[in-house]
Amino acid sequence: MSAAKNNDTIDITVDFSGGLEMLFDNKRRYSVSLPAVDGSGKPVTMAFLIDHLCTHLMKDPRVDLFVLDKHIRPGILVLINDADWELEGEEAYELQPRDNILFVSTLHGG
Amino acid sequence: MARALCANCKTERAVIKRPKNHAKLCKGCFIQVFEDEVHHTITSSQLFHPGEKIAIGASGGKDSTVLASVLKTLNERHGYGLELVLLSIDEGIKGYRDDSLETVRRNAVQYDMPLKIVGYDELYGWTMDQVVETIGKKGNCTYCGVFRRQALDRGAKMLGIKHVVTGHNADDVAETVLMNLLRGDLARLSRSTSIVTGDSRSEVKRSKPLKYSYEKEIVLYAHHKKLDYFSTECIYSPEAFRGSARALVKQLERVRPTAILDIVRSGEDAARLVPGEEPSSCACLGQKAAAGVVVDDDVGGCGSQSGRTPGGEMAAMDKQLRDNEAHEGLEIDVTKTMAKGAVARGEKRDVPIRTGNASKGAPRQVLGNCKRCGYMSSQEICQACMLLEGLNKNRAKIQI
Repeated sequence: MSAAKNNDTIDITVDFSGGLEMLFDNKRRYSVSLPAVDGSGKPVTMAFLIDHLCTHLMKDPRVDLFVLDKHIRPGILVLINDADWELEGEEAYELQPRDNILFVSTLHGG
Repeated sequence: MARALCANCKTERAVIKRPKNHAKLCKGCFIQVFEDEVHHTITSSQLFHPGEKIAIGASGGKDSTVLASVLKTLNERHGYGLELVLLSIDEGIKGYRDDSLETVRRNAVQYDMPLKIVGYDELYGWTMDQVVETIGKKGNCTYCGVFRRQALDRGAKMLGIKHVVTGHNADDVAETVLMNLLRGDLARLSRSTSIVTGDSRSEVKRSKPLKYSYEKEIVLYAHHKKLDYFSTECIYSPEAFRGSARALVKQLERVRPTAILDIVRSGEDAARLVPGEEPSSCACLGQKAAAGVVVDDDVGGCGSQSGRTPGGEMAAMDKQLRDNEAHEGLEIDVTKTMAKGAVARGEKRDVPIRTGNASKGAPRQVLGNCKRCGYMSSQEICQACMLLEGLNKNRAKIQI
């Protein structure tokens, strides 16, 4: 990996809905800038993003409402550019510039 | 990355993987299939008749919003001839229900449906805020659930409507089946799986047209159709028994997505083993359509929309009811009934069914009317009146 590449970033948008916005300062949309590659020089994935969101974006202490046993809590749907992430490789999906990632909870009533 | 194409139209990009069969569908085909399946449930269960007036129990949440949208679409597409009305309950919870009622008001405009809102304060003289102020947060869901059940019926009556539909989905039914299984309450388990509840003698019947719809698909339907819904958690609802069953269902779904519908079907099959209960399921499974119209007395907590709230107070509620009133007369020897039933209906198998504490003995309850308010009740005084008596005593004490 060249030094220049390590400094590259990719910009994506991240949306929260279905009640999840409550964990993220009641804000539904975030612009997120990520390094293009992770610490070991591999392209950043959804797993990296989820970790990043928990460490940098979430102010609410109830992390387990978003991530349970190191995975997205069952009952939370993830859409990558409007497609179910199950079709895109889930946590292994490599993020692309301008991706839109939506986390929507099915767990809340109303 | 190679994008999968829709298994149906084979032209558009697939955006959905269906939990029930792993089919990969595009947005347009998914919306069509989702609606077709609800239509199938409605026609195979003969849920409606032409000219029927239907109240949609509307909370502003995803389930009831999707239900209203789908029913409007199907009513127009297939000429059901239904008159659809939105019926909302105002429990009187500031910062929760007042916000979601705003959503329902917008839905009424979006779907061009009349809206009726009935409040706990006008029906019972108490808002939930006042109830919680008096009794505290513990056990308040029991009050809310009992009150809501009657409130929907009373609201429907005010509108001259005899049929209320609710947004309960397959995940909700699976949760309830598991909860009743864990309580050892087979009688209630069988009732909880019925698509239609209410008795021929009760004036308002209930049904759940989304009974076979996955919660995941309901949320995706709302997302792709850009429906306007409200999502929040009731501020008084703690995580308890319902919450645990819910987490379990979601974890099972992750491992094996078909588990949810399998649990629903298991509940329906178990219902056929319970004496006096009729099975209710999709007619295409070779069973009697529009069967099982049974008494639904599942008052455990938040009954309106998908009961997010726990039923943990159920046992306490039952105990209270038993303490307040002796009703040995209603106790039925289930094994005897069972034996008779087994002869009468050849298909029933002779399995011993224990009546758990929670089932209050009788698998099928005798319906009468509450001596105070006249509302249908299996006891002399209905549960709402009994709860109100306790509340009003407390209010008197506070005033002294």
